[in-house]
Amino acid sequence: MTRPRTIIEKVWDAHLVSEQPGAPALLYIDLHLVHEVTSPQAFDGLRRRGLKVRRPDLTQATVDHGTPTTPRTLPILDQVAAAQVARLEANCREFGIPCFGFLSDKQGVVHVIGPEQGLTQPGMTVVCGDSHTATHGAFGALAFGIGTSEVEMVLATQCLPQRRSKTFKVEVNGALKPGVSAKDIILALIARIGVGGGTGCVIEYCGSTIRALSMEERMTVTNMSIEGGARAGMIAPDNVTYQYLHGRPFAPQGAAWEAALERWRRLPTDEGAAYDKEISIDAAALEPMITFGTNPGMGIPISGAVPDPAAVADPLERETLSKALKYMALEPGKPLLGRPIDVVFVGSCTNGRLADLRAAASVLKGRKVNPRVRMLVVPGSQPVKRQAEAEGLDEIFRAAGAEWREAGCSMCIAMNGDQLEPGQYSVSTSNRNFEGRQGKGGRTLLASPLTAAASAVNGVISDVRTLL
Amino acid sequence: MTKFTAFESRVAALPVDNVDTDQIIPARFLKTVSKEGLGDQLFFDWRYDAGGSPKPDFVLNTPEAKEARILLAGDNFGCGSSREHAPWALTQYGFRAVISTSFADIFKQNSLKNGLLPIVVPRQVHAELFAMHARDPRMTLRVDLEACTLTLPDGRAVEFPVDPFARRCLLDGVDELGWILQQEAAIAAFEASHAAPINTLGA
Repeated sequence: MTRPRTIIEKVWDAHLVSEQPGAPALLYIDLHLVHEVTSPQAFDGLRRRGLKVRRPDLTQATVDHGTPTTPRTLPILDQVAAAQVARLEANCREFGIPCFGFLSDKQGVVHVIGPEQGLTQPGMTVVCGDSHTATHGAFGALAFGIGTSEVEMVLATQCLPQRRSKTFKVEVNGALKPGVSAKDIILALIARIGVGGGTGCVIEYCGSTIRALSMEERMTVTNMSIEGGARAGMIAPDNVTYQYLHGRPFAPQGAAWEAALERWRRLPTDEGAAYDKEISIDAAALEPMITFGTNPGMGIPISGAVPDPAAVADPLERETLSKALKYMALEPGKPLLGRPIDVVFVGSCTNGRLADLRAAASVLKGRKVNPRVRMLVVPGSQPVKRQAEAEGLDEIFRAAGAEWREAGCSMCIAMNGDQLEPGQYSVSTSNRNFEGRQGKGGRTLLASPLTAAASAVNGVISDVRTLL
Repeated sequence: MTKFTAFESRVAALPVDNVDTDQIIPARFLKTVSKEGLGDQLFFDWRYDAGGSPKPDFVLNTPEAKEARILLAGDNFGCGSSREHAPWALTQYGFRAVISTSFADIFKQNSLKNGLLPIVVPRQVHAELFAMHARDPRMTLRVDLEACTLTLPDGRAVEFPVDPFARRCLLDGVDELGWILQQEAAIAAFEASHAAPINTLGA
């Protein structure tokens, strides 16, 4: 009998091209997603070496990071961003890569479009020049972010030299309480293990809570694996996965679908397989989470108090926390609830899918965004936008006084003009609260769409459970 | 890529944990289509005030850190995004090595591909280095990748771990793409036995 393996090892083993002593393994890549920001230098490298794209049929491009979220009838006004978008579209034409360009009805955040189009499937290896590629792991794919040199390698050879990662089992059991969502699970995990807690690891999320999540919620969890330091996070596929995939444009059909199902059903971790690290979380004990600091590990339950650096023993850790609180202009020991905010952002590859927009709309329905708050709602893709409009979610947002915008990364990375002013506070459904992440001098508090919407209504950091 | 040779240099000390890639180079500078000119944008928002003048208290603006080729930073350096602009900015500024207790995975891989050596030292040595630097900001360290040692001002040589393959590539100045291209036969054989699950050109 063969040794029991985790899903992580199964997908790895199935993509091993070669393994030589003294060298990294060569791993085959099934899907390469490309966007405008991390690819131009890679295409230049191909031209310099006289290389082609080996498998344009396993490559899909889109534009998302630098694109405006103003109506598509307007051009891209930022000339530098416009040139970068034009460069991607030209590179795709030159190398024969399909691209959902700026005016495509399939355009969107790269990690939203892959699953939406059925490109992301169980058991695949998926890479992209973006650290949130871990999102695709929700389907039982081994998916991770790569740098531009690696983008060039995959374009040229469809392969990557890789060292085997450690395996990290995160088991979440129990029923989530009302007002607590997938975002709160992942923020709670990162608060517990820290932003370096998963370094060198691929996480597998399992347990009854994870099984009960929809695909969209699962993607919120795997998306932020990198915020815990793990390059990838996986969830074994099940009927929820198959139901989501069935009938999507790139999903297998007919006999191929049946054959795929049979392959996919062999992916889940074998009974008795061992992990390098394990942790468990009691979902029933979770509260809505929010971050107070300048990295995603600085998170607390919404009713909690800002930690005191004086209580931290390690000098460098203490200094790091003090620096964060100074930047955020927050006092140790004080609660966050009731603090005035300026902006609310709902969107991103973490929380820009239809379920997220529905959650935010459920709070806003029949209510108004507080007049001192600017609220931006940015759908993750054009299809998400159309579906939301078909359900009338855009009307709920507009009636509440929120801005209903076009698809893109928007204020998650603030490259496209959607940004905070210095000193402003935002409650954001995105994934990073680093200094200046949403605009120079801006202060970001990460939370779920429910918490973001509740805070928008009250104009202060709020516990959504008071509005349910 | 140029060969990575042994060198001795002053040190710029940045005693902050979890320095993220948005601090190393803010996202607004990523709209470039080139690799050039990023050294000026390194640590931009820590380095310059709102008016664009250097902040005198930031380490890179101190006279002692001029010419420093080694950055000494807190734990988990380079966390955050996959932007290779981070090591491009560090190397264009002039850094050749970063010392920490740990590095974020993607940053570490990106650095090794760009002639920037991530050096992991034990916590104790790390704390000592910061203490030594506080006493003498002009101190120098010697980095020898052939021997995998970091030589301290007091003459002690501290060994550091490096992936042997990445070390060979750095020392020989070769890049990994060339190495993959040599494995064409293995790649073709794999493709022949592994049916593509999708066809992006075909839906």
